[in-house]
Amino acid sequence: MTYIINGIVQAFWMIVHGDRQVLQIVLLSLGVSGAATALSLLCGIPIGVALGLNKFPGRRFLVSLINTGMGAPPVVVGLVVLLFIWRNGPLGFFHILYTPTAMILAQFIIAMPLVSGFTMAGIQQLDPKLRLQIRALGASRLQMVWILLLEARLPLLAAVMAGFGAVISEVGASMMVGGNINGQTRVMTTAIVGEASKGSFDIAIALSIILMILVYLVNLLLTFIQQRSKNQ
Amino acid sequence: MKFPRALFINALIGITALMLAATGCTPAANPNTQPTFVTSTLENPQTPPSATTTVTPATTAVTTIPATTTPAVKELILSSTTSVRDSGLMDVLIPMFESETGYKVKPIYNGSGAAIALGQAGQADVLVVHSPAAELTFVAGGYGINRTFFAHNDYIVVGPSKDPAGIKGMTSTVAAFKKIAAAGSLFYSRGDASGTDTKEKSIWTTAAITQKGQSWYVEANTGMGDLLRIASEKGGYTLTDRSTYIAQKSTLSLDIMVENDFPTLINTYHVIQVNPGAFPGIKLNAEGGRAFVRFMVSPEAQRVIADFGVDKYGQPLFYADAGKSEAFYGTK
Repeated sequence: MTYIINGIVQAFWMIVHGDRQVLQIVLLSLGVSGAATALSLLCGIPIGVALGLNKFPGRRFLVSLINTGMGAPPVVVGLVVLLFIWRNGPLGFFHILYTPTAMILAQFIIAMPLVSGFTMAGIQQLDPKLRLQIRALGASRLQMVWILLLEARLPLLAAVMAGFGAVISEVGASMMVGGNINGQTRVMTTAIVGEASKGSFDIAIALSIILMILVYLVNLLLTFIQQRSKNQ
Repeated sequence: MKFPRALFINALIGITALMLAATGCTPAANPNTQPTFVTSTLENPQTPPSATTTVTPATTAVTTIPATTTPAVKELILSSTTSVRDSGLMDVLIPMFESETGYKVKPIYNGSGAAIALGQAGQADVLVVHSPAAELTFVAGGYGINRTFFAHNDYIVVGPSKDPAGIKGMTSTVAAFKKIAAAGSLFYSRGDASGTDTKEKSIWTTAAITQKGQSWYVEANTGMGDLLRIASEKGGYTLTDRSTYIAQKSTLSLDIMVENDFPTLINTYHVIQVNPGAFPGIKLNAEGGRAFVRFMVSPEAQRVIADFGVDKYGQPLFYADAGKSEAFYGTK
């Protein structure tokens, strides 16, 4: 029992004093997962829009792939990325194994199907008559997509939430392609696993608390935006 | 169709640019800044594999590397056993090595079996491991060179204080294992082909006991720290290196049952350079691997190893062994 209390006390001490090691880990987590989410938005929203608006042969197959990707286990993604980027892998010449770049790549692959899937669903649930109306008012195709995206902003927020939430709390892929290297690729989740297996529960608890607070803050912010726009 | 395609192409361009920017940061090889070492008795990495390099006399290999030289290839992948991390030793040694030489070490920690496997696949430049039999096979296969003995500590048998098999204080580990088997007391095994796992299996073999498949014998396939916790929670016996046990003792309900049974319980650590000549098509960091081997037996590193843990635990976790032969401890 004492080590739980000690752990929590130590954890708050570390957070309040801005322990350098903890701070570095938190910043790297935010950087890696933030970059991965941003990339997945860049790539996933256009894919989601394309799949949501168009009918073409093979569309269902693509949608089924995206749906599978939404549930892909991070360790499997990690393993595939690892095999591609290690020294004699097809992308080995980039020398990105055990770097934050590799982690961004893996997390991007995890988040991208989530963002595409949520975007597609968001676009599809809009009233089809809206499209006709927009076109009837003389909007170009580009303007129409923009208006549809604005209309679907709540599902798009859900896409951001799902993407970021998935990668910030993901551990398998980050461990495999990042290696949990102190000061280089150690993010919150891998640090929690590593520190707990070393018996350093104070750092593990501190990071868990920070991770939970972060996930809560991100969701609070998004919920706030979501509810505000609903009330308008 | 027009708009999404344009956006998609833009996104692709953006991602490619980001990837290029990210990969552009990796250290580029500059052939003009090869580090120059004054003297070296270590085997040259380019020489063909040979099985005769099991123990290199380390004291003569020590050279001081000028801190000003910049290595040609900075990235150095170290595939290491977990025990030197879990005890905290590597967190001290690696920054020392980096500031002294300018290399950037990427340490990847696994059990010794997995650590050697990473070297055997050409995915690491240098290994720190403690599984002598597997190491000798690795070197004999031409995958490793400059295998150097740099430290030791010892294994102990730990178990619950109520000691159901009645082995506490026994002087023979083999006899203690026989007693555990006879009593059918719970025994937790790493089961991960690590150095500790290999040692434990060899003790069962010496005791002529087929432990595998027995109801009291559990293979957890996990690291030492985690296994100690499992054994502690479940009230079982296990074999552990002393350093991991000392470092975690305060959170465990496990007592030392058998200790100081030598040479059975000796635990030797070696640093091995992965042979850069053994992997056509893979470019290993030969200079960096050699520099790391040399560093581990340097007087500065050896002093850190010898003093490590004394202030925190009141006893050293490792004993520095540069220049010694393993035969000194009655093993090969």
